[in-house]
Amino acid sequence: MLLKSLTEAFGPSGFEDDVRNVIRTELRETVDHMETDVLGNLFVQKLASQDNEQRHQLRVMLDAHMDEVGLMIVHIEDNGLLKFQPIGGVDSRILLGKTVIIGKQRVPGVIGFKPFHLQSREENQKVPKIEDLYIDIGVDTRQAAEALVARGTPVVFTTAFEFIGDRAMKAKSFDDRIGCAVLVEVLKQSVPLTVHGVFAVQEEIGLRGAEVAGYRVQPDIAIALEGTVCSDGVGTPSHRQATILGAGPALTVQDGRTIADRRFLDFVISVAEKHDIPYQLRRVKAGSNDFGAIHQTREGVIGGGISVPVRYIHAPSQIASLDDFENTVRLVRAVLTEIAAGGFQR
Amino acid sequence: MSIPGAGVHRRDFLDILSRHGASGLEGDVAQAIASLFSKYSPDVHIDRLGNVIAHVCASDTATPVELRPRVLLTAHMDEIALMVTEITDGGFLRVTETGGFDARTLVGQEVVVHGKEPIVGIVGSTPPHLSSAKDRSHAATLADLYIDVAMKQTRVEEFVQIGDRVTVRRSPLSLQNDRISAKAADNRSSIAILLECLASLQELKHPVELHVAATVQEEFGMVGARTVAHHLQPDIAIAADVTFGALPGQAPHESFRLGYGATISYGPRIHRRVFERLRDTAVQLDIPYQIEVLNNATGTEVDVLQVVGNGIAVGLVGIPLRYMHTAVETVDYADIALCGRLLANTVASFDHAFVEELSCY
Repeated sequence: MLLKSLTEAFGPSGFEDDVRNVIRTELRETVDHMETDVLGNLFVQKLASQDNEQRHQLRVMLDAHMDEVGLMIVHIEDNGLLKFQPIGGVDSRILLGKTVIIGKQRVPGVIGFKPFHLQSREENQKVPKIEDLYIDIGVDTRQAAEALVARGTPVVFTTAFEFIGDRAMKAKSFDDRIGCAVLVEVLKQSVPLTVHGVFAVQEEIGLRGAEVAGYRVQPDIAIALEGTVCSDGVGTPSHRQATILGAGPALTVQDGRTIADRRFLDFVISVAEKHDIPYQLRRVKAGSNDFGAIHQTREGVIGGGISVPVRYIHAPSQIASLDDFENTVRLVRAVLTEIAAGGFQR
Repeated sequence: MSIPGAGVHRRDFLDILSRHGASGLEGDVAQAIASLFSKYSPDVHIDRLGNVIAHVCASDTATPVELRPRVLLTAHMDEIALMVTEITDGGFLRVTETGGFDARTLVGQEVVVHGKEPIVGIVGSTPPHLSSAKDRSHAATLADLYIDVAMKQTRVEEFVQIGDRVTVRRSPLSLQNDRISAKAADNRSSIAILLECLASLQELKHPVELHVAATVQEEFGMVGARTVAHHLQPDIAIAADVTFGALPGQAPHESFRLGYGATISYGPRIHRRVFERLRDTAVQLDIPYQIEVLNNATGTEVDVLQVVGNGIAVGLVGIPLRYMHTAVETVDYADIALCGRLLANTVASFDHAFVEELSCY
């Protein structure tokens, strides 16, 4: 199952190899060209299904990033415990009592914490610093640890993909494997115009893959497909609810790196309404996606971000809605159809 | 020091670790344990409060029944849990606890809500993108937590009601050196000790009428041990429970090394002759052990067992466990196997004379 193999794949920023391989296997039979660049971005090209007139000769790029947030081993203690630092935005508060997998050898480990019984009252009211935590792989000496891991070895959470609740899914790394899955699904079907698909590296540490990918592809229109912040939990005031689970694909208005291109935003909204696909506007400025880098490449690129809402993003167990995922695939297809039909005027 | 591969119940241990048994709701775990105990005794029953008790008869029947030592071994099978206190607007669950959690370790955990059907949930967290510096310096308390079951409120209300229990959901993870990390290793580890003890005991000739009990509601207040002991009135009772595994920043007297054998506890609440017999047996058979000294309360079933009825001669053994009361409690199976062997040989060594001397001061 695509979402399962993508979300369970091992791929923090800079170590996206497994994800890239999953995607290559999925798309080998259905795309016309694949290549990788010097950073590790995966480019796939799928030609238009029929020799469409390509009236506007628009070059369309769809992007999703392969990397996920994770950890990196930075030091091995004499007692065999492993010190780590985050790769991307990881809040130390979600690390306590979690299980992880380390490196190519897939060494299992746990992030434990001092027993409740032995804590002072002051200790109990503090947020532990990442520097105070460690990963325990079950060895007692540095030597035994070094046989299995090294400084610099990357780490991810162990979460399994599962369906839970009502048409919801639980996994790690929906940010942005759910975007990768949307892009794979779009590329598996015939497309009304030639699509330049980019599976980018290193979004979580500064949109680094997308920056060079945008330069290489030189698109007229680019769309970043993302898993985005969903914060509709208890006690969140309405204006802080970035997106709502199940309310449809989220369109970026403004985030940390992009002010939405109004022409394109209005176009996507009109497509959603025409095709009767639910959508929502992303209501917070925080966060960003690859479009933040892509739209500033060369002379500038028109486009935007279409995102699947993800609760508990950057935490080990995240929740997304199957309806939102399917509606995002529908919306991206509809947008391609309308662009091919000449519906978008620059 | 670890002896990987020792012991015969490792797989059964992984199975009982995967089950859910909040204090007062031990049924599923109890059934599994009853079936495991049945391999060693034709006389296994689940009592009124839910304790699982197996009776193992003396294998050395030369001793008349009235002179056979009556021995009880206990280990609690319940686990710490949360309890639903509110279904909020939007269908999220607020909770309180039955058992001591550090709320900070619950953020982002997967849980099972034991409603009309078991439902998977996730303890909510705020993404870093939306957290202010002030948020990030706030350590979660139980009141801050909410559980997301990814259903609409009306659907949640069909399945869940106030008072439903919530337990941590975590598949056991095998680490290096025969170490296992799981939720509820406190105190299913000691259930595994009892099983290893029963396996070892099969090879020993002994005059002991032994009762082995997997008890309920220890985390709530040692309810099961009290009623089992009251019912059986043993001469000697030994509880098995986990103790603190050594970690940086812990006091040396509260730190026991994983893979270095069972802990044998010593202190005023423990009968000195039972302690000595456990220790001497370990020395005699060259079984590695560590001594835990407890100046007062043990925090285990020993605290109630000692004062049941006319009083019972009690002993306490256990194994070191790291990260107690978190979702990644970590133990070494070698310690479990060693502790089982120690218990079996100690039990087999008891005789009428030993029992007689227990009251001689």
